[in-house]
Amino acid sequence: MEQILTKEQIRREENLVYKKTSVLTENVLSYCPGCGHGTAHRIIAEIIEEMGIQDKTIGIAPVGCSVLAYKFFDIDMQQAAHGRAPALATAIKRLLPEKFVFTYQGDGDLAAIGTAETIHACNRGENITIIFINNGIYGMTGGQMAPTTLPGMKSSTSPYGRDTHLMGNPLKITELVAQLPGTCFVTRQAVHTPANVRKTKKAIRLAFEYQSKNMGLSFVEIVSNCNSGWKMTPLKANEWMVENMFPYYPLGDIKVPEK
Amino acid sequence: MKKELRLMKGNEAVAEAAVRAGADGYFGYPITPQSEVLEYLMAEKPYEKTGMVVLQAESEVAAINMVYGAAGCGLMVITSSSSPGVSLKQEGLSYIAGAELPCVVLNVVRGGPGLGTIQPSQADYFQAVKGGGHGDYKLLVLAPASVQEMADFTLLGFELAFKYRNPVMLLSDGAIGQMMEKVLLPEQKPRRTEEEIRKQCPWATLGKQNGKERNIITSLELDSLKQEQVNLKLQAKYEKMKQEEVRYEEIMCDDAEYLLVAFGTSARICQKTIQLGREKGIKVGLLRPITLFPFPEKILAKHAQHVKGMLVVEMNAGQMIEDVKLSTCGQVKVEHFGRFGGIIPSPAEVLQALEQKIIGG
Repeated sequence: MEQILTKEQIRREENLVYKKTSVLTENVLSYCPGCGHGTAHRIIAEIIEEMGIQDKTIGIAPVGCSVLAYKFFDIDMQQAAHGRAPALATAIKRLLPEKFVFTYQGDGDLAAIGTAETIHACNRGENITIIFINNGIYGMTGGQMAPTTLPGMKSSTSPYGRDTHLMGNPLKITELVAQLPGTCFVTRQAVHTPANVRKTKKAIRLAFEYQSKNMGLSFVEIVSNCNSGWKMTPLKANEWMVENMFPYYPLGDIKVPEK
Repeated sequence: MKKELRLMKGNEAVAEAAVRAGADGYFGYPITPQSEVLEYLMAEKPYEKTGMVVLQAESEVAAINMVYGAAGCGLMVITSSSSPGVSLKQEGLSYIAGAELPCVVLNVVRGGPGLGTIQPSQADYFQAVKGGGHGDYKLLVLAPASVQEMADFTLLGFELAFKYRNPVMLLSDGAIGQMMEKVLLPEQKPRRTEEEIRKQCPWATLGKQNGKERNIITSLELDSLKQEQVNLKLQAKYEKMKQEEVRYEEIMCDDAEYLLVAFGTSARICQKTIQLGREKGIKVGLLRPITLFPFPEKILAKHAQHVKGMLVVEMNAGQMIEDVKLSTCGQVKVEHFGRFGGIIPSPAEVLQALEQKIIGG
């Protein structure tokens, strides 16, 4: 049996295999333990560091759980009105085409109140990257029904489960934007396992690289859990996500650039 | 481009003045009676001359948020619309005021409420001057009364917007937007380089500089005590505007026994009314507020000491009259004459109203 390292040994330089990226600040994340936001933040920050673009990246925070995203990324950021992030990003990228511009939005922000801004930025083929966190619920305001809430899924505004006859159907906006000629790369990923984290990181890296080549809009959906809003433990929420969210929102690339 | 005398529509003058001011971007959405701003820019293609970006947005909501994004980078940007569209911009204006960003917004006002009419109106005075969007904020509001002022105030608007890091509204109307007059256009200013923008706007999100703190553009502050400090800072800024930026024009006020108070198109009508009145021996003058916020309170208070009455002439049901009454504190009789629904009053009917409501009343 191998010897288990002591805390002191683990901290030695020669034993370090991983460190926090310098593009994340020291601020304590405001997300619930078990939520996917923290991992998504880390991935984006790591890519910014690895690509060496911290000095020319401008991020747009939405309204929702990630409204305070600007506290966690050590880059210049703007905080947008609810749903309007793609409009801000459009203008910034058009006027400053040499910058890297990304929006970070949740499902309520991107697929309900900001649907018009999302679809038109995608359709114009703005050279920006949209990171879309889909957890099927309004987390920050306390667990209300979102545009992506699954049929039958309970929320504080669908307490008996989402009745699609009464409340409409979950919106697969990612499949929708993939239809638009302005999008170059549309993919759906998740961050609940190390393997998925690696895939998501690869996807976001590709999205940033496509932006540097002016190939059009890249759209990366990350299906995430919301253990607080779903009222489950983090582990149970991940299981529920795999069993219920993934069949409706299947993971994988939906649109890739033509070779 | 050198200084140039041209015959233009008011809307076109704003567009051309924005290009010549060295603006970086325009974002708009078609609505009558202001569509010429976007049409003119699309035809002129400033992006080929100065690099200024022109974009037709999917809505007025998107257009004002594009302004937010670009202004957050310290860029010089402008949007335009007319009343129903400006209502849609109110959310964005509140955020822009909250985040303290500079921009110019043109409202070519038409009659309301609702879809109303496409004819000229001044019914958006309250919206422009008293807030419009949510929260305690002020726009700096300029009221052009000629095509020349449409051009001049576009440049002045940018200057004041950057001086105060505050949105500036040009409160025009369908008459000034549509009518053609000769206008002396300024010479072309170069657009600022990124280095110049960083120097002028050290707060701008242009990418975090090595060794410097990152810049954040936001109007969010969850700590109430800190938010209160934000509000106090904004209020101090508005107070400074009141001290330093009041602008107005006085016409034949020195010997006036009666005063007409009007802005924009109404002021143009009142100029003729003064002439008609003087021909009849009525000593009438005109005070034209040029800044609607900050409002020319002091000069009105001064005139309240010596005139026998004031008639506030507006193309609305009585909006600016509230500020005239607040400025004069009941020391003089103040009445309102308004036409609305897109009607511009005639000089003769203004004179008649003066005679009936003030002189004979």
